[in-house]
Amino acid sequence: MKALEIKNVSKTFGGLAVLQDVSLAIEAGERRAIIGPNGAGKTTLFNVISGVTPLNSGEISLFGKKSEHLPSFRRARLGLARTFQQNNLFFNLTLLENIHLALLPHKSPFTPKEFLEDCGWWEKRDVLVKELSYGEQRQVELLLALAQSPRLLLLDEPTAGMSSVETHKITSMIRNLSREITVLIIEHDMEVVFDLADYITVLNYGKVLFEGTQEEVRSDKRVKEVYLGTAD
Amino acid sequence: MKQRWLRFPLIGSIVALLALLTSPLILTPYGLSLMTQVLIFGLFAMSLDLLVGYTGLVSFNHASFFGIGAYTAGILVTQGYENFWFTLLAGVTVSLILAFLLGTLVLRSSGPYFLMITLAFGQMVFALAWRWRSVTGGDDGLSGIPRPELGLPISMWDSQNFYYLVLAFFILSSFILWRIIRSKLGRSIIGVRESESRMQALGYNTWAIKYLAYTIAGGFAGLAGVFFVYFNGFISPQQLDWSMSGLVILMVIVGGAGTFVGPVIGAGAIFVLQNLISAQTERWSMSMGIIFILCVMYLRDGVVGYTIKLSKKGLRNYESFRNKKRE
Repeated sequence: MKALEIKNVSKTFGGLAVLQDVSLAIEAGERRAIIGPNGAGKTTLFNVISGVTPLNSGEISLFGKKSEHLPSFRRARLGLARTFQQNNLFFNLTLLENIHLALLPHKSPFTPKEFLEDCGWWEKRDVLVKELSYGEQRQVELLLALAQSPRLLLLDEPTAGMSSVETHKITSMIRNLSREITVLIIEHDMEVVFDLADYITVLNYGKVLFEGTQEEVRSDKRVKEVYLGTAD
Repeated sequence: MKQRWLRFPLIGSIVALLALLTSPLILTPYGLSLMTQVLIFGLFAMSLDLLVGYTGLVSFNHASFFGIGAYTAGILVTQGYENFWFTLLAGVTVSLILAFLLGTLVLRSSGPYFLMITLAFGQMVFALAWRWRSVTGGDDGLSGIPRPELGLPISMWDSQNFYYLVLAFFILSSFILWRIIRSKLGRSIIGVRESESRMQALGYNTWAIKYLAYTIAGGFAGLAGVFFVYFNGFISPQQLDWSMSGLVILMVIVGGAGTFVGPVIGAGAIFVLQNLISAQTERWSMSMGIIFILCVMYLRDGVVGYTIKLSKKGLRNYESFRNKKRE
C-alpha cells in the first residue's frame, strides 16, 4: 500500500513556479529523503502535502484517500505528522503541556507521563519549552510529531543547526522508529541522508530531477552538478 | 515548595470571596454602587479575556454582545415582560446567537484584519441600535428600567440585595469560565494562542476552537449586559460603541491578559481611577489614555501578570538562597 502518492502537483507564488508537475509515490514503511539546493521547493512540497499551503493543480493521496482538498487537521487525523523547519512549538507552555496537547486529539494509548518517561524526557517535564536549548527544541519538534502516533512522518531538516552529538542522537531516534511509520525527510546533511534513507528524490527548481537509491544518486552526474558537487 | 506555591491561588480565592461577601457591610452606598459596577464590568472583561488573553484574538466588537444583552433585557422589560429569569435567558440567548452568526464571518480573518472586521461589525450593530428608533429608542436609548423582580420576598431596589445577586452570578460565571479554561477545550484554546499552525498539524480544527471561544465569550458578555441594564436603569447606543469595546480591552490589558482574575482587577482599577481623577479634573479621559500608554510600555503583563512574575522570581531567589545556605 502506498502511504503517499502525489501526481503532477504544481504550486506558484505570484509568477514564481515553486513546484512544477511533481509526482512521487512512497510505499508504506519506506524511508525517503528529499534533497536539493535551497529554493528547490522542498519545504513547499511538505506544506502542500500537509495542507498548510493549497496547491494549484495535481492530486495527493494519503493511504489511498484523496486528500488535496482536505484541511491540514484532517490530514493529521489520517496519520500525517510533521516537524517544521523553524521550531514551531508552544513556547510558553511546559514540555508536559506540549506533549499533552499533542496526545489529546489522537486517542493515544500513552499518558503524557508514560510518553515522556518512555522517551527519557520526564525530568524536563516542568521546563518551559522556550527555556530549552535550540537542540532540545528541535528534539521536542520530533517528540510532538511522534506523540501523534503517526503513520506518515514528514521531517523538515530535523538536524538543522544541531551539534554533532545532538545530530547523532536525533538520527538514532529516527533510525529506530518502527517500520509501521513511513518517513519522508528533507535534509542537507548527506551523512544523515545516507544513514536513514532507502530511496532519495532530488528536487531542483521545483521539478523532480532524479530519483534513485543511494548509489544511483551518488553516481548521477546531474545530481552532482546541481547539489552534491564534484571532487574537482 | 511547589505544592505550597500552588496553594496561593486557592488561599487568594478564599480571601477575595470573603472580602466580596463582607464588603457591603463596610462600604458606603456610593462604594457599593462602584463595587457592583466593578463586578459587572469584571465579568464583561473576563469574557473578553477568553478571547484576548487565552485565544489570542483581539476583538473590537465585544461591546456588541454586552449591548445586545442589555438591549434585549431592556426592551423586554419596557414591553411588560418583567420576569427576571426570562429576560436574563433572553439576553444571554440573543447575545449567543449574535456571536454565533458574527463568528462565522469575522473568524475568516486573523491578526489585524480580525481586529478591523470586528470593529466594522461592532459599528454596524451600533448603527442599527442608533437608527432603529421604534425598538431601541435611537440615540435617546431606553430608560426607566426597574430593578429585577425575582419572585422572592426580597427587593432588588435594595442596593445590598442587588449587589449579592450580581455577586452570585459573578461567582457562578467565574467558576464556569475557570472550568472551561481548565478543560480540554481550554487547553486547546491556549494552544491556538501559542501556535495555530502547530495545532492544525496536530489534528485540531482550530477554526472550531476559535468559534466556540468567540461564542462563549459573547454569551458571558451578554450576561454582563443584562445586569448592567438592571443596574443602570438605562441603555443607549453608547454601550455598543467601539469606545466601550476599547474600554473593556483596557481593563483586560491593565489587569493582565490571560491571568483569569486580572481583568476584574483591571475593571476595578479603571473605575476607581476614573472616579478619583474625574473628581480632580475634567480631563480625566486624557489621564486614562496616559495610564494606558504607560501600561502598554512598562506593564505589558498587566498588574496581575507582573505580580505573578515578581512572585515567581522571588520564589526562585529564595530557593537558590536556601540551597546556598544548606551548602
